[in-house]
Amino acid sequence: MRIRRAGSLWIVASTAFLAAAPFFLSTYWILILTEILTMSLFAMSFNLLFGYTGLLSFGQAGIFGAGGYLAVLSLLHGPSSLWGAFAAALAGSALISLVIGWFCVRRDEIYFAILTLGFGMMLFTVAHNWRSLTGGSDGLGGFTLPPLDLFVWRGSLADPRHFYFLVLAVALIGAILLYRMVNSPFGLMLRSIRENTQRLSFVGADVRAVRLCAFVVAGTLAGIAGVLFAFFNRIASPEMLHWAFSGKAVLMTILGGSGVLLGPAVGAAIFFVLEHVITAYTTNWMVFLGAILIVLVLAFPRGVLGSLLDLVQRYRGRPRS
Amino acid sequence: MSTPILLQVESLSRSFGKFQALSDVSLEIPRGRLCALIGPNGAGKTTFYNVVSGRYRPTRGRVFFEGRDITGVPPHKLVKLGLLRSFQITNIFPALTVLENVLAPLAVMHGMSFAFWRSLSSQQKLVEEALTILERLGLAGQSHREVSTLAYGDKRLIEIAIVLACRPRLVLLDEPTAGMNPEETERMIRLIHELAAHSEITFFVTEHDMKVVFSVAQTIFVLNQGRLLAQGTPEEIRANPAVRQAYLGGSLDAERA
Ligand SMILES: Nc1ncnc2c1ncn2[C@@H]1O[C@H](COP(=O)(O)OP(=O)(O)OP(=O)(O)O)[C@@H](O)[C@H]1O
Ligand SMILES: [Mg+2]
Repeated sequence: MRIRRAGSLWIVASTAFLAAAPFFLSTYWILILTEILTMSLFAMSFNLLFGYTGLLSFGQAGIFGAGGYLAVLSLLHGPSSLWGAFAAALAGSALISLVIGWFCVRRDEIYFAILTLGFGMMLFTVAHNWRSLTGGSDGLGGFTLPPLDLFVWRGSLADPRHFYFLVLAVALIGAILLYRMVNSPFGLMLRSIRENTQRLSFVGADVRAVRLCAFVVAGTLAGIAGVLFAFFNRIASPEMLHWAFSGKAVLMTILGGSGVLLGPAVGAAIFFVLEHVITAYTTNWMVFLGAILIVLVLAFPRGVLGSLLDLVQRYRGRPRS
Repeated sequence: MSTPILLQVESLSRSFGKFQALSDVSLEIPRGRLCALIGPNGAGKTTFYNVVSGRYRPTRGRVFFEGRDITGVPPHKLVKLGLLRSFQITNIFPALTVLENVLAPLAVMHGMSFAFWRSLSSQQKLVEEALTILERLGLAGQSHREVSTLAYGDKRLIEIAIVLACRPRLVLLDEPTAGMNPEETERMIRLIHELAAHSEITFFVTEHDMKVVFSVAQTIFVLNQGRLLAQGTPEEIRANPAVRQAYLGGSLDAERA
């Protein structure tokens, strides 16, 4: 009980900090926070599959990128509506995940990973080679961001602070959805699949259907994160779909703690803050960032947040529910 | 009217390549009768369970459950009909808590696999049902422990708890006491006895320990090299020369002494 209360206190405090940040942080840090929140949503969607369901997807970036492209395409060829762009990306990434997932959830472990990698490469190739539609390797830019139309109030997404609020709101909605999900009976199915797929199917569960649902939810959230990413950078580019970009989600999740809801967010924060601090001092930042990440992963075997929660638990002597 | 015969197996065979793991086995399990399947290592007991529970297809033969042909029906459909099995090698959800190990099959049974917006811990009915099962097995006090941290004997009980959560009518228990120390074995046997006596569940158990088999089973089937060698009450089995031969007299006599 006490852990619960302390935990919710932390969550309320960090949400309050994030909501108030634009009023006291410099634009530079607001931009970094925007990046962190976008990647948090992406990595959390990945973690629903990896940390909770035990499925390692290297195709997550493919769906992330597809969401970005779909939103930009809808702005270029459709109405200049923010909600229209989001709706197009949401429907598109849900559909793509449904098709990809239908094939992938039939296999376990490394075979699942390879299948998702294969589909990710196909999506990357489409974005890279279909020049007339996607602009090829140059990416797809040249769109104007629509106004942030909240019906009672109109903001401008060109203003980094307004854009930040949009990203914060979307990331929070995603996090709440995931929170409800992992603490529901469905969430228990996911963890049971991670622990022992065969045993769960022996008690009568339709393991494939459960996995497919998780895949579609994760893919849709990744697609939405892709919209935020493309809008933030004012371009949708093929790198977004590359499997190396999925690797970022893997890294952030393992760094922060897989199987912990906010682990990937903590991982994303550590990653971006380190990156920005180190690049200020040296051009060889990759070497230092790599070294620090290695130390962190070795020092926190269950991820930074995961290991900290374990520690708190050991002191309080009650298992996490 | 429910049939008195719960499980009926007709000339069941299963081969792996050229090897006949099971040949022409026919038997009947009456409802409510505690039956045991015994036989030396490699006799085909686990294979028999694998075929009956739908994990493997038989090469030949038929299986009927409550009069209905279930040959080749996959395990998850058999669960819905009430035919469950436990595993010789402990097969549970290691990093989940004791309670969650029982809640998972219960959620499936209650058709809640896809309920993603409801909170699991506020599902009173589900949690109560899980705790009732755990109490019956003497595990309620440990409901929040991760099962990977339990003693071996308790892990084997989780196996039983998962099976009970599926509201079975027939349970195939594959060596429920495998690897247990004498006290754990004793506790497991008492439990099976009690469950068999005070519930609608029929148990069909394989077991190595002859002492255990002869003390609990009402009917014993003896399997040897894939064939059914004998069947009968413990007394009949004890007196059966073919069985004594298969066991070289050893364990049966030792049990008597
Ligand atoms: N999947 C399989 N592929 C090939 N051979 C198998 C397979 N499963 C079982 N066998 C063989 O069938 C025979 C019977 O095995 P089974 O596991 O049914 O015996 P058992 O009576 O359960 O033995 P134990 O008492 O050791 O558990 C063994 O010789 C085994 O090697
Ligand atoms: Mg066996």
